[in-house]
This record gives sequence, C-alpha cells and structure tokens, in this order.
Amino acid sequence: MTSLILAEHNNLQLAEQTASTVSAALALDTDVHILVAGADCLAVAETASKLDGVSKVIVADDPSFAHQLAEPMAKLVLSMADQYDAILAPATASGKNILPRIAAILDVMQISDIVEVIAPDTFKRAIYAGNAIQTVQSSDAKKLITVRASAFPAIGSGEVADIETLTVTANNSSQTKFVAENLTSSARPELATAKCIISGGRAFGSKEQFDTLLIPLADKLAAAIGASRAAVDAGYASNDLQVGQTGQMVAPDLYIACGISGAIQHVAGMKQSKTIVAINSDPEAPIFQIADYGLVGDIFTLLPELTNAL
Amino acid sequence: MKIIVGVKRVVDFNVRVRVKADGSGVETSNVKMSMNPFDEIALEEAIRLKEAGTASEVIAVSIGPEKASETLRTALAMGADRGVLIKAEGSLEPLAVAKLLAKIANDENADLIILGKQAIDDDSNQTGQMLAGLLDWPQATFASKITIGDKSAQIVREIDGGLQTIETSLPAIITVDLRLNQPRYASLPNIMKAKKKPMDVKDAADLGVDITPRLKVLNTEPPATRKPGQMVGSVEELVAKLKTEAGVL
Repeated sequence: MTSLILAEHNNLQLAEQTASTVSAALALDTDVHILVAGADCLAVAETASKLDGVSKVIVADDPSFAHQLAEPMAKLVLSMADQYDAILAPATASGKNILPRIAAILDVMQISDIVEVIAPDTFKRAIYAGNAIQTVQSSDAKKLITVRASAFPAIGSGEVADIETLTVTANNSSQTKFVAENLTSSARPELATAKCIISGGRAFGSKEQFDTLLIPLADKLAAAIGASRAAVDAGYASNDLQVGQTGQMVAPDLYIACGISGAIQHVAGMKQSKTIVAINSDPEAPIFQIADYGLVGDIFTLLPELTNAL
Repeated sequence: MKIIVGVKRVVDFNVRVRVKADGSGVETSNVKMSMNPFDEIALEEAIRLKEAGTASEVIAVSIGPEKASETLRTALAMGADRGVLIKAEGSLEPLAVAKLLAKIANDENADLIILGKQAIDDDSNQTGQMLAGLLDWPQATFASKITIGDKSAQIVREIDGGLQTIETSLPAIITVDLRLNQPRYASLPNIMKAKKKPMDVKDAADLGVDITPRLKVLNTEPPATRKPGQMVGSVEELVAKLKTEAGVL
C-alpha cells in the first residue's frame, strides 16, 4: 500500500499542515510519498524529504503549477494516480479545491476533513459544524481524503528521503488563468498553525480599539490574532482572521477569547484548542461554558493589565 | 446566458442539532428545514446577474425528497425562473449529486453553474469541484466577487491568508463563499407568483445515474465534551493558573 500526499506550500516554504497529513497517512499503514508541485519549489521538496516516515518526494516543477490551480493540478495527480491506494491533502483552501475534482474523475467518493483514522478504510469526520462526529467506512478501492491538520500531530523530521524529479510537459490549460493574489503580509504566526491565538469580538467597538488592545498582547505572547464573525462583519478585522465554522478551524495550545460571546459557529472553529480562556463583561456569555478559565470584566481595563502582567 | 443554481434542503442553521441516542444519525424529524445558506448566496448572485441583463434565465435545481420542492418554491419566490426537482430518497453523497447535476447541465445547455461552497449538514465541500471534474469545466471555488465578461468570468476567491483572483473560460462552475452578497427575502407577492412558476419533477432513477452511497455510516455521536472550567477573579490569578496549572505560558 502506498499513499500520495499533496504538499501544502507557497513555493518557498512547506506548510506545517503537510506534516500533520503525514501522520494521518502513516495511520493508514502505507508507504508515504509527497508530491510537491509548484514553480521553483526545490527548497520545499528538500524540507518535505526530511519528514519522518516519508519514503519518497516527487517534485513537479513547472510554471503551470505556480499557483496550484485545480485544473493543472488535477491532471498531474491523475497521471500518477494508478500507483497509489490513497491520495491525501490537508483540508486547506487549496486541498479542498483540488482533491474533489480528482476524486470525481476517479469515480471515488472523497472523505472530507477527517479527524481520526480508525482503520485504513474507516474514519471519523465532523458534520454539522462539529456538532456531530460521524464514523464512515469507504467501499471505494482508492481512498481520497482531506485531513483536518489540527486533529493530527505534525510529524517530526530526521531521515532524508529520495527526491525524484518528474518531467512534466507544460500544461497551459486555457480553462483558468491566474490574475492576482492579495495576501495579508504579517510577521505573526499563521492563524491555522499558531500555538497561541488571541481573538477579539464585537465588544471592541472599533478597529482602532481592536488593534490597540490586541496587538501588544499578541506581541507579548508571539500569538496570532483572530476574530469572531461579528468583529469581521463590523470591519474591525479582515476576513482571513475569522475563526469559526465559516472561517478558520483552529486548535492552538492557548486560545484567549476577548469580548466574544461564543456563537455556535465561532465555538465550532476553536473548541479543539487545548486551553481556552474567555474574558467577557457578560457573566452569562455562552463562551464561558467551554472555557477552561473565565474572567468576567471589562476588556478595556483587563487586556492592558494582562499585557503588563506577562 | 443560462445559469443553473443548486439548492439543498438542510436543517436550518439556527437549529441546535441533536444526535439520536442510538447513534444512527442526527434528528431531522420535526426540525425546521431551510435552504442551505451558501446556496441562498449562490441564487442571489444568479438573480442579480439576470437583473443586470447578463443572464437570460435562472434555473434552480434541488435533489432530494419530495419536500425539497418547498426549497425550490423559496428559490422561485426569490427570483429563479423555473425549478427542477430530482427526487431521490435516503442519503445522497456529493459524488451522486455531482453526477445528477452533470446530466441536468448537459440537458439544459447551461453556461454557468453557481453552487454554495458547502452544505451546512455534511460539510463535505465537494459537489462543485466534482461537477467541474465530471464536466471537464473550469472551476472557481470560494468566490467573494464575480464579474462576468464576454466569454470569460473573473472571480475573486477566498484562500488561506488572503484573496486570489482568477479568470476562467465559460462554461464554468463557481462555488460561493459567505461574503459574496447578502441574499434577499422573498416578498409576499413574489411568494404568490412563485406558485405559478414551472417546476419540472424527475426521478433520480430515470436519469441513469448510480446513486448508491460509497460511504457506510457506522455511527454518529455527539462531540466530546470539555471538562468543566473555572472562573478566576483577577488577571494575576489567571496568569498564575496559566503558568502552573495549564502550563501554557
């Protein structure tokens, strides 16, 4: 049995979600290969080759893979699919975009966003925004799986695996063209993989106060900044900071929810965090029901106090 | 330009879902059902394209039990021109839905198919991408802005860490994200008018598609509950407990 993992990367760095996906693939009792498809992405392949349990890294280096658009990526993976019993990708925006296209062409029903491997054909996955956990058994010969990275430990690195370079014929599909990318640049850790997250809600009242109160605290803790949907809708924080069912699913070691009431859809996105702290002026706020430590009070006085105490 | 929109009947997003005690699934009887919120956004976008003169016809398609006709009536009341109900009982997986939609897309000669990025019941996030694969059409998932040009579409996509803009040829599949638009409510006169709009009813079995599930659901359980937490009285106490008890600082 051999499985293929689609590496998550930006041509420069391998994202940590790939290392978590390796853990899931190893639980399938398979040999693990990683596919790094990109443009000028050799450094990524070198990092991937060091991940424990990986026996081979395959590099497809071509300008047509620079942005990992679904159409050329699907063609590439389909050209090698015969050799694999399972194809996995982290359940990131990119993995979710590419993998179902491949699954349909292979006539396989994909298993999305798994949180546990029970057996090589049986998995647990969350449905209804995490309000129920389903155990499903696949009858397809080939398994196509996206992995919720926060539910699996990132595998360590040590041994170096072989890197094989794939000769790819330029595949400039006329179907889709990349136009532009507008990424939020930040020195902060990525929300999806941060060990500590400080999140703010509607209670901040303005973008200025959101930034003034949260940035110094996040700096002290080397934390990522998150936001509730209410804060995003009110314009205090940008879309990509949203934690929740409709935003990022996160599971840091420490999650500090400030001025967040705890709507179902927000809680669905962060309740896997190891330690949850809630700071809110309303003692009845539902967020306290899932918090390990609750502090009732005014965020405008407590947050500067907390920043100073650290 | 002919647009097809997929609308799924799901448990209303405001309902707190309950897992059945015998582990056989989630309680759906006597529970309020509504149109999948992402599908409402897809439909709103299609109606706006028609109002702008870009689209000539908006066809809403629902696949599911007889009752899905109610969801289609809502779609017609919002502004879809006609509905297609494909009757199918039991659990329907994204692969089966994509195959059925592919049939309809070919029959109708659609130029554009707009779907929600995922249904809020099974959270699979697959149907649009699968449909694009089956039809060999370009795909643009997680759209937060759509601009239709002469023979192409420009789509701003929500990706991890920001936004990506791509251009696709037409026909194409677009799946929509939350921030694309704010769907309208159907007005009472439009609800009345919707009753007279045409709705085609087909049977999934007659479309020659094998919809047998590939995944066997062995069990459905509630998520693990967290151990009860504690309230602290001050910032000092909080910091002390995070250091000593939780060991996270």
